[in-house]
Amino acid sequence: MRNAFAKAVTDLAQGNSHLVLLAGDIGNRMFDTFKDKYPTRFYNCGVAEAGMTGIAAGLAASGLLPITYTITPFNTLRCLEQIRDDVCYPDLPVILVGTGGGLSYANLGATHHSMDDIAAMRILPNMHVICPGDPVEVKLAVEAALNLKRPTYIRIGKKGEPIVHTQTPSFQIGKGIVLREGTDIALIGVGNVLPLAQECANLLMDKGFSAGLISLHTVKPLDHDLLLDLFTRYNRIAVVEEHGLAGGAGSAILEWGCTQGVDLRKLRCFAGPDRFLSACGDQMEARTTIGLDSAKIVQSLVHGWNS
Amino acid sequence: MTSLKTSEVAAKLRANIVQMSHQAKAAHLASALSCVDILTILYSQVLSIDPNDPKHPDRDRFILSKGHAAAALYATLAWKGIISPDELVTYGQQHSLLEEHPSPKLPGVEAATGSLGHGLPIANGMTLAARIQNQSYRVFVLMSDGECNEGSVWEAAMFAARHKLDGLTAIVDFNKWQATGRSQEVLQLDPLSDKWRSFGWSVTELDGHDHEQLLAALTRSPNGLPHVIIAHTVKGKGISFMEDDNNWHYRVPTQQEVLNAHVELGVV
Repeated sequence: MRNAFAKAVTDLAQGNSHLVLLAGDIGNRMFDTFKDKYPTRFYNCGVAEAGMTGIAAGLAASGLLPITYTITPFNTLRCLEQIRDDVCYPDLPVILVGTGGGLSYANLGATHHSMDDIAAMRILPNMHVICPGDPVEVKLAVEAALNLKRPTYIRIGKKGEPIVHTQTPSFQIGKGIVLREGTDIALIGVGNVLPLAQECANLLMDKGFSAGLISLHTVKPLDHDLLLDLFTRYNRIAVVEEHGLAGGAGSAILEWGCTQGVDLRKLRCFAGPDRFLSACGDQMEARTTIGLDSAKIVQSLVHGWNS
Repeated sequence: MTSLKTSEVAAKLRANIVQMSHQAKAAHLASALSCVDILTILYSQVLSIDPNDPKHPDRDRFILSKGHAAAALYATLAWKGIISPDELVTYGQQHSLLEEHPSPKLPGVEAATGSLGHGLPIANGMTLAARIQNQSYRVFVLMSDGECNEGSVWEAAMFAARHKLDGLTAIVDFNKWQATGRSQEVLQLDPLSDKWRSFGWSVTELDGHDHEQLLAALTRSPNGLPHVIIAHTVKGKGISFMEDDNNWHYRVPTQQEVLNAHVELGVV
């Protein structure tokens, strides 16, 4: 996803002279082409995320379309108040890109985990929260956010995530992508766990269930129509996200559902626990530690349902 | 330059601010009074802003980063004709955009301030945007000395120096007080000018109530470096019983005190 972002932003800068890229002293070689082509539109803001966010707000208030880029916790929690006051309050067209979302950097320790960024971003008025599910969605998300021209957080993973979309899907902020229709269980993948949700859906199909698969790339605003349809047509709905349960996408759907009168007993959230993860190994090992693996999810969906 | 005229403007603004604080029962009166002369010179002599088109892309930008001095900004915007003078009586009231810290929804307000340390990074972005888009507007940001406690100020100071943002002028309203004590005693602020100089800025130190000095510094030609004006001021300036008395950081004047202040200012 990281490389997909670098390519996307470089490609999109060609047709959009207002795009300005700000980086927090990371992505050293990734943006070389961008820097060569658009030297007046790339700025390394240093290890200074509050300053970078303010700069982005000033650029946006002056007619430009800035994108800030750094590691997820530093681009969200570190500069949360700048995001709130400088970007969201005046409703400015700033795009924040957090790289290494969720447990992408599991082995770097809990300071580099981001199991709370979706929660922090989606509580902010005017903010849009997008979690692309694969490299294809990354490019589409950046393009859509540039067109939206409002505060937008894009949470990407690291490098090497598999491509899920074999064809370029229709992508609209606030509209989930249905990859497969089903009738029994709907698997909703949020962000970088979309391949995991797909694996779960495949395993359920093997077991004879009709499993649907949805990429819910936008956590805010939620896709009201799609969710209503899922709660109407499916018996079970599972949300999978590499984020803490508190405040994440599943939590957002619960908030939505309790105002809609849908049957929330159908919903199961697979997300992270309320604790810092230590000694959790790499991303896949960390996922297994907290139950984000296909075998456990499928087992829970097939056997552990109390309905 | 007609210093008599600007001194009359400053007195009128101070009178309005004292009245507004009383009427809205709003704090931060002394903080507003200390920066009145800076605002007076900026809006009367320096800033190129069309009151009828305060969003014009080529306008000079001014950010009141010490947002708690909002009353001073509102009084100045009203004097300049960017907002209606009639609006001042709504300060702090329901349905009024004249909140106790500036809202970006109000004409003439360039950034949502009130939380300190936000203005200078935003000013960096605005100045950089002028460079990227080949525009010639200038950017001014007014901070408090207490605000220099914030790390984001120094993040921004390094960025501005690195990119030689000489279209940017920061002004520190150095009134030697912050909310609960002397700004030198809360944290080690001195030597303030040397700090900015060592961060790569061009520094002018002056009397922040001297209109001639302010005008000269604020209209100085860019010299390739970002410019900071360390303006020595007196908190509560212009009202003898408020000057350098930090109780007026939070105290609200009574009706009698408003009258006494207006008499002192020669505005009755």
